[in-house]
Amino acid sequence: MKKQLFSFIIAGLFITPVEAETVFISLEKDNAIAVVDPIEGTLSKTVEVGRRPRGIALSPDNKVIYVAVSDDNVIKMLDAESLQELGTLPSGDDPETFALNPKGDRIYISNEDDSMVTAVDIAKKKTIKNIKVGVEPEGIAVSPDNRWVVSASETTNMLHWIDTKTHEITENTLVDTRPRALTFTGDSKFVWATSEMAGSLMILDTATKQIVKRVGFEIPGVAKDKIQPVGVVVDKANKHGYVALGTANRIAVVNARTHEVEKYLLVGQRVWNLAFSPDQKRLYTANGVSNDMSIIDLENLTVTKSVGVGNYPWGVAVKP
Amino acid sequence: MKLLHYWRAMWGIIWRECWRFVTQKERFVSALVRPLVWLFIFAAGFRSALGLAISPPYETYILYEVYIVPGLCGMIQLFNGMQSSLSMVYDREMGSMRILLTCPLPRWFLLFSKLLAGTAVSILQVYVFLAIAWCYDIRPPLHGYGWVLSALVLVGMMLGALGLLLSSLIKQLENFAGVMNFVIFPLFFMSTALYPLWKIKESSALLYRLAEYNPFSQSVELIRFALYGQFNQHAFIYTLGAFIVFMTLAILGYNPSKGMMTRKGGG
Repeated sequence: MKKQLFSFIIAGLFITPVEAETVFISLEKDNAIAVVDPIEGTLSKTVEVGRRPRGIALSPDNKVIYVAVSDDNVIKMLDAESLQELGTLPSGDDPETFALNPKGDRIYISNEDDSMVTAVDIAKKKTIKNIKVGVEPEGIAVSPDNRWVVSASETTNMLHWIDTKTHEITENTLVDTRPRALTFTGDSKFVWATSEMAGSLMILDTATKQIVKRVGFEIPGVAKDKIQPVGVVVDKANKHGYVALGTANRIAVVNARTHEVEKYLLVGQRVWNLAFSPDQKRLYTANGVSNDMSIIDLENLTVTKSVGVGNYPWGVAVKP
Repeated sequence: MKLLHYWRAMWGIIWRECWRFVTQKERFVSALVRPLVWLFIFAAGFRSALGLAISPPYETYILYEVYIVPGLCGMIQLFNGMQSSLSMVYDREMGSMRILLTCPLPRWFLLFSKLLAGTAVSILQVYVFLAIAWCYDIRPPLHGYGWVLSALVLVGMMLGALGLLLSSLIKQLENFAGVMNFVIFPLFFMSTALYPLWKIKESSALLYRLAEYNPFSQSVELIRFALYGQFNQHAFIYTLGAFIVFMTLAILGYNPSKGMMTRKGGG
């Protein structure tokens, strides 16, 4: 009690008020979503959603949470306030993760077992098309200009460029082994993709669809094979990108202009996926093996807290 | 008027200690080199590159060098306390302690002033060490640097009192090697300065108990929590209790009619 009071006084003196936000983390083993108050740094509650939830995202209006419930073979829609189920979307078999288009009316789902990307019309709850891609598709992203959907297939080692108008693959790019996750820069000009086995970050030019830069990672004292890049995000200002380095338990801070690694931040074990706070002043990580999430203060580039959330945290989504 | 006497005596003692500290630059450098060697070399070997498990007051994963810093602050104060006791043995051999103790002020006050002077010196050393650690990217929250001052005062006084007590027991300067082997090393290595309690528990239940009841462990924890803006009540009470016990024994030890000095013939 005394400790809390003390912390409260200190917080009052030194910390400026921040907007409240809620972090949702999918828990693969607990079949649930953890709801975290990141300002207090506490787990608020855990809500069951179905078997093996993985990919998680909010609609652009922040009213609906979409969760890929892999073993139930559906995408569940939850009310972002009450967390009540609003319905399901068809997803094909074993949906691992997905990406929403900027308008939030279409969802593109990676079906890992079927080597397929499923495009779904959210309003009609109907599949528009099943697009055959490489083996074990996982990472998927839609360009902010809504021109491209890019799917990464882990075993084929390719990025597949899908035209959002025709839903046809127009080009494939051979990349480093086991590409896991990808994201577009805010101006849609570049794609940042991670390779788990090569331990690299690849930056691709959207116009040429070729790799224009490879970024490697080196952490003193950490064996090379432990550095397994997974989740990646780039800030809106296109100043920094952040790469989760899996079993190296680090987040790499990459300068988006020079592509130099500026810092490594120590987080929980096997850091998996990442999400920004709405003001992009904080970054939240899902740490798969240590069963927690870490909160990173991006202004000071420090990890402020790690909060236990439940078994096998996988994806992160943030509601303002 | 009497108050002025007290003030003059205390100021004289503190001034002498600070003057000695300023003139003995080697002492300052060696006091700093010791923890820095531990930080840059020892901690580098034990880097725990994948992070240490979270234990209070830390709220996230840390590297070993972050863990070891409060223990090294304690180390600076421990060696400083012992150094003070060494200098007191020297003072006694040279006769200046006799002069000090014949001062018409209570013995406890003179010894307390002596302690305060030693503590002030050790705090200065700790802050210089923390500044170097900051450059090495070990950065506790800013307010922690303020809170740790009060912890350093108490810990410095406690370890100084222990040194004072030891100096009352040591007859000659040569015996100080014994203090190193039988006091400093066991206190330091059997504490939470270098490894967390849970880690010691994994290897030996007895060592775990000894480390838990080691007043130096509690001092290190008091510093560790304060450095991260938290108050560890248990460590505070334990350290305060140890200070009172050591101080009382030291005062008794320096009492010519009852103390150890009569038996030893020193003084």
